[in-house]
Amino acid sequence: MSKIITDVVCPFCGTLCDDLEVTVSDDGKKLIDVSNACAIGAMKFLHSQADDRLTKPRMRNEDGSWRDVSYEEAADFSAKMLANSKKPLMYGWSSTNCEAQSVGSTIGELIGAQMDNTATVCHGTTLIAVQDVGVPSCTLGEVKNRADMIIYWGGNPAHAHPRHMSRYSMYPRGFFTAKGHRGRTLVVVDPRDTDSASIADIHLKVEQGRDYELLSALRVAFRGEVLPDVVAGIPKEKIYEVAEKMKKARFGVIFFGMGVTQTLSKNHNIDIAIQVTRDLNEYTKFSIMPMRGHYNVTGSGEVWGWQFGFPFCVDLSRGFARYNPGESSSNDLLVRGEVDSVFVIGSDPGAHFPFGSVKKMNEIPCVCVDPHITPTTVVADLHVPVAFVGVEVGGCAYRMDSVPIETHKVVDAPEGMITDEEFLNMVLERLQKIKGV
Amino acid sequence: MAEYIVKNGFVVDPTLGVNCEKMDIAIKDGKIVETTELKSPKTIDASGMIVMAGAVDVHSHSAGPKVNVGRNFRPEDKLNYYKAKSGVKRMEAGFSVPTALSSGYIFARMGYGFVMEAAMPPLYARHTHEEMRDTPIVDEAALPVFGNNWFVMEYLKNHEIENVASYIAWLLRVTKGYGVKCVNPGGTEAWGWGMNCVTPDDPVPYFDVTPKEIIKGLIEANEYLRLPHSMHLHSNSLGEPGNYQITIDSLKCAEGFKANSDFGRDQVLHHTHLQFHSYGGESYGSKEFESKSKEVMDYVNGTDNITFDIGQVTLDETTTMTADGPFEYHLSHMNNLKWVNKDVELETAAGVVPFIYNPNSFIGVAQWAIGQELALLTKDMTKCHITTDAPNAGPVHRYPRVIKWLMSLKARNQILDDCKYGDSVRSQCYIGEIDRELSFYEIAQMTRVGTSKCLGLSHMFGSLKPGMEGDVSVYAYNPETDDDPEKIEHAFGNAKYFIKSGELIINDGEIISNGHKRTFWVKPGMELTAQVNRDVTERFKKYYTVTQNNYEVKEHHYVPNPYVIEVNAA
Ligand code: SF4
Ligand SMILES: [Zn+2]
Repeated sequence: MSKIITDVVCPFCGTLCDDLEVTVSDDGKKLIDVSNACAIGAMKFLHSQADDRLTKPRMRNEDGSWRDVSYEEAADFSAKMLANSKKPLMYGWSSTNCEAQSVGSTIGELIGAQMDNTATVCHGTTLIAVQDVGVPSCTLGEVKNRADMIIYWGGNPAHAHPRHMSRYSMYPRGFFTAKGHRGRTLVVVDPRDTDSASIADIHLKVEQGRDYELLSALRVAFRGEVLPDVVAGIPKEKIYEVAEKMKKARFGVIFFGMGVTQTLSKNHNIDIAIQVTRDLNEYTKFSIMPMRGHYNVTGSGEVWGWQFGFPFCVDLSRGFARYNPGESSSNDLLVRGEVDSVFVIGSDPGAHFPFGSVKKMNEIPCVCVDPHITPTTVVADLHVPVAFVGVEVGGCAYRMDSVPIETHKVVDAPEGMITDEEFLNMVLERLQKIKGV
Repeated sequence: MAEYIVKNGFVVDPTLGVNCEKMDIAIKDGKIVETTELKSPKTIDASGMIVMAGAVDVHSHSAGPKVNVGRNFRPEDKLNYYKAKSGVKRMEAGFSVPTALSSGYIFARMGYGFVMEAAMPPLYARHTHEEMRDTPIVDEAALPVFGNNWFVMEYLKNHEIENVASYIAWLLRVTKGYGVKCVNPGGTEAWGWGMNCVTPDDPVPYFDVTPKEIIKGLIEANEYLRLPHSMHLHSNSLGEPGNYQITIDSLKCAEGFKANSDFGRDQVLHHTHLQFHSYGGESYGSKEFESKSKEVMDYVNGTDNITFDIGQVTLDETTTMTADGPFEYHLSHMNNLKWVNKDVELETAAGVVPFIYNPNSFIGVAQWAIGQELALLTKDMTKCHITTDAPNAGPVHRYPRVIKWLMSLKARNQILDDCKYGDSVRSQCYIGEIDRELSFYEIAQMTRVGTSKCLGLSHMFGSLKPGMEGDVSVYAYNPETDDDPEKIEHAFGNAKYFIKSGELIINDGEIISNGHKRTFWVKPGMELTAQVNRDVTERFKKYYTVTQNNYEVKEHHYVPNPYVIEVNAA
């Protein structure tokens, strides 16, 4: 026999779909099937059921091989490593719940850690741009209920956020958008011929790295000023045409991805994309939103915001919080050799950081808390597998529009396994003992 | 729990009718008790100091999504304003938008025991609760916003008060909210299309109700549910020159309604930050703009079912944040600073813009003057509450400065004499004609008695009568020998001792405990009507982007230490 659990939240991408249905065995130990999820979301749930899944922490031997250790030993090692470091880096936090993030903050404060999340290699530039110019935005339901013009800039949602278009932007029929996709115009700005671009009404094939120019040209066009014949590979007629369509939209939105946040000009691209949106509010209603990747990278920035005042790159080493991306950002800290240990949780920097940083991680003591074997665990001295958040334990996560949603537990974790939060609490208790507080 | 006796202080408590009288206050098991009930109390020597009940804040923004936007998008707000951790006290940061942890400490230092977060977007209730949970010491509650909610507007189109009440009851339960907030009624929904409702008679696009109908309907539903607090209003056209008539028209919506509640309040309408709504003239210019505080107060003083808070401008660089989306857009055009907007599906919106109230501008000082005038023209001080609509008109830690100004003509004159436009402000506003100085007794009426009564909490807070919550603030100011306004400000911002729910939080000026904060929420007795039940289910399926089951905020993680007020239906 089996039972169906509804309203399940997918702990994979920032789309944070909350309408999944999961079939589990009657005793709640086996996950049998997932419906409503996209392929990558379903995989995340099914992965938790893998037979070869690690269920015990493992410590690296001198010769590079692993030996199993208990969670107690793992917590002892982690606490000692953090306590003995002059400047530890605690990185990741994007694929775990806010409850774990909060315990992490308490640890970071106690030991004066450098705290950073995956925004540092993703939408950190967006966070900086918002600090420069603000951001006119909305919840995804506003898009669903009102938007008649959807723009994806520098991203390929069909692959990276597979249900984004069907749930929120292009296809849903909302309150003022009863015609669904027939009432909407889709523009994709991308140098590549992606699957998302192939269904667009207008595909602006911007020259690689020339997004800033194109955004700037749109601002010129809004004002009816003169453009050169071609900007960023796009003929001026096309730019005027799109600019006019944007001004005439009833409610428009720009979703942007790593194609603009991490290419030439970085935060300046986002600055001007936001200014484009500001301009458009002179004529109509327009919003702009980052396509946040990890399902709870947004939550990490929120939790640190209310606890420290900054969304990423938080330096706690002086007893109060400081923020200076470029100085207090993980890769800069690693490459300059400023940190002497790394504690990774809820992310895979081994796969996403530049080689130079990963090499440094290999040289200094490194703990990785992650349900999976990943490129990061390859350079770690201690790997602590934990329960899957959103599958084997619930907890709060923030969607890309900062809407907080509580993820749910749908099956038991394998016998004896603990959660991120529980493991962090074990480390915290030990640190409090070591520090005598 | 330890017993305390606060000895020999000058006690100020209007509920006891004592005004700077030497008395001992006893605290046991978290409550105020008769001194004879103590066995082996610890003594707190309050000689030469003022002793009051813990203060109650009726309106500030210290937790939730827009507050966090303010923090995260203003690193500069922390540049020169942070405090290192020390002992049990955690790190603090932020001048106008302090971190959640810092907020708790700031309120404690000012002697506040209860704080109302004034605007909670229901879809973000979980976030608001996470922040309140992490705000140490002070008890808190939050008011969900209803003034632009699709359900409310649709029911009010046909004046279906029972359905509005039923929906409010359901929403308070699922969001763990406290009462009914209404911000720029209708105007924020219009902002979904880039428009606004400027007067109380402007119909809301598509929904075809007027702000007046929304205000009246929410008052009626609030009384139908017999809630502890009244409807809490931020009316249309905030900050606009000439808006005072709109304000009076909005206040008139309360006419004919009488409080219907077991919680001791008299008002059916609380108007917040009235300062922003008492403007005459046609522009912000020093020859055009004028104060209409007297006109507004003439009306308010003549009513017995309205309370208000002032929203005092403190002449600082601060961060504005409100569910009045169109206003923030407008503001960003006035100062050309960064602007955040966030429209929230089916419910509301928010805007955030940094703002500098320049003491060398005419308008900044005129706004400052109007806030003072409203308080100084009030007849019954329990109806008028001290706020800075923090952080909109000024940071929350400026409350003591506001108290100083209200208590000292000298301190007020100093502002006017030192600024460039003092004479224009004196001629365009009423401030020059007013020499009233408030007493400690009146300050206690404004910050203790009035606010706790207004929120329906006078059975717990705002008084030192035996049986009340053990919230006691001790300020180092001697009313017999001290005569320095600066010392008033310092004393009210740096409580010498603060006891919260019977626990010593500040000892000799130092924070020694993070307390046991509670989150208050109201559970109305009314069940969902069949129609509202159907509508809620349908709208979640069709228009929300979260499911109905995922919308509800569960207590466990988010409200770990709840104080639930159950209200019986009529
Ligand atoms: S779109 Fe993202 S959140 Fe939704 S099911 Fe797919 S992976 Fe999960
Ligand atoms: Zn307010």
